[in-house]
Amino acid sequence: MKNTGIIFRKTMKDTGKNIALLIQFIMFPLMAVIMENAIQIEDMPEHFFVGMFAVMHIGMAPLNVTTAVISEEKEKNTLRVLLFGGVRPAEYLLGIGGYVFSACMAGAIIFAVLGGYRGKEFIQFLLIMATGIIVSMLLGAVIGIRSKSQITAATIMTPVMMVFAFLPMLSMFNETIAKIADIAYSQQIQLLLNGLASQTAPEPKSLIVIAVSAMIAAVMFTCAYRKSGLS
Amino acid sequence: MKAIEISEVRHHFGEKEVLKGITLSAEKGEIIGLLGPSGAGKTTLIKIITGQLIPSSGSVRLAGYDMRQPGKEIYREIGMMMDDFGVYERLSCYDNLKLYTDIYRIGAERISEVLKWVGLYEDRKCPAQKLSKGMRGRLLLARAVLHHPKILFLDEPTSGLDPATTRRIHDLIHQMQQDGTTVFLTTHNMTEAEKLCKHIALLHEGSIVEYGEPKEICRRYNHQNRLRVLLSDGTVTQLPNTEEAAEQIREYLLERRIETIHSTEPDLESVFMELTGRSLQER
Repeated sequence: MKNTGIIFRKTMKDTGKNIALLIQFIMFPLMAVIMENAIQIEDMPEHFFVGMFAVMHIGMAPLNVTTAVISEEKEKNTLRVLLFGGVRPAEYLLGIGGYVFSACMAGAIIFAVLGGYRGKEFIQFLLIMATGIIVSMLLGAVIGIRSKSQITAATIMTPVMMVFAFLPMLSMFNETIAKIADIAYSQQIQLLLNGLASQTAPEPKSLIVIAVSAMIAAVMFTCAYRKSGLS
Repeated sequence: MKAIEISEVRHHFGEKEVLKGITLSAEKGEIIGLLGPSGAGKTTLIKIITGQLIPSSGSVRLAGYDMRQPGKEIYREIGMMMDDFGVYERLSCYDNLKLYTDIYRIGAERISEVLKWVGLYEDRKCPAQKLSKGMRGRLLLARAVLHHPKILFLDEPTSGLDPATTRRIHDLIHQMQQDGTTVFLTTHNMTEAEKLCKHIALLHEGSIVEYGEPKEICRRYNHQNRLRVLLSDGTVTQLPNTEEAAEQIREYLLERRIETIHSTEPDLESVFMELTGRSLQER
């Protein structure tokens, strides 16, 4: 695992110069900061925008960045050169994953601070966010591994991202969508975050849907990796 | 032990046989060239030799390592500059190489050394996406030699480059060879092959149609065996390369009429054309 840190640093440097990816990490935390301070509507739940944008952050940033980094490296054959250099596939994936997770969690901390969480609730908020980020990262890795080019990856990733990032928001306006969204992990994360904000106990259903989603994503990742590897 | 040993390598893409029993070898410190037009199978062969593709049959050994099941250690011994290997576009030349000195666990001072060697030291902070094609080629070469490889694979290293950059890369390849590195080069540029390679193999439709030293191959196909004499008045005369011509040449010499004398052996392009009916430049 010696090379994991090297890949982590490389990805940080590279995506740091890629505005299109960098913006993914800061877009929703920044929007939450602006909206929380700019819009005050009567009867609107407290920190309404924190929950909404936190779920969009989960559904978009880790999925998008993981897919983009892996598919770009595959298309440009820089990944192959890394593997020839002696980097193990696991080291590569952990390096990329570690970076995306850290950057997304930095956004999660902003949401937690903005939501006014302290102590145990702060940790709970971050744990919920971390779970969602990991599921999205696994889905992003599956798309990146299975795609032969960046264009293919973006074509597959965009609708997946739209579903998981925006379904929870749309479900607020339509009951049918809300019923469909019930099977999406991002919707259940939204419900968990709402529950945390209103200090109500989490529904078992939410935990089950998230756990099943995580398992499905892990199985999909394992299958994609075994079938295609990284080359 | 030879640096490169390729024995009876065959490869199929579906029904199509793209390599038909290739056997080749190279000694340590030798530059060997593989010449052929586009589609002859050069890149497929180099990918098989470097373990990027598993051949349908046959064997490849690099520095004694079996490349059908390449271990991690062999990639410390070889360097590759492949046409389709990319660089990190947004990272600087320095950072592109720093990644690999970290992976190879070699000191960062080697980066400056290699960048100076390929003439990119002044551009070390320049992002790869802003480099010209020639500079990018030199960056790829720098990355390939960063870890002091014993065998260097170069796939069309000067394809599409200007003459000055081409000359510079040729000089660098010569230096590598003088330092004891074995170089395996694919090209469709006969001048490059003649200039650099000790031995060349002409590849046509997956088979080696000729192998040997470039000059020796040209001599072998010198069917005319004549001398072409350019006289001072601009006339060109061809004489048989035998004793019969000696008196005539002596006369020209005494009259101080000779501008140049050349033998009429063909160049590699003509040899390839004679063997295959195709040009090396065909795409």
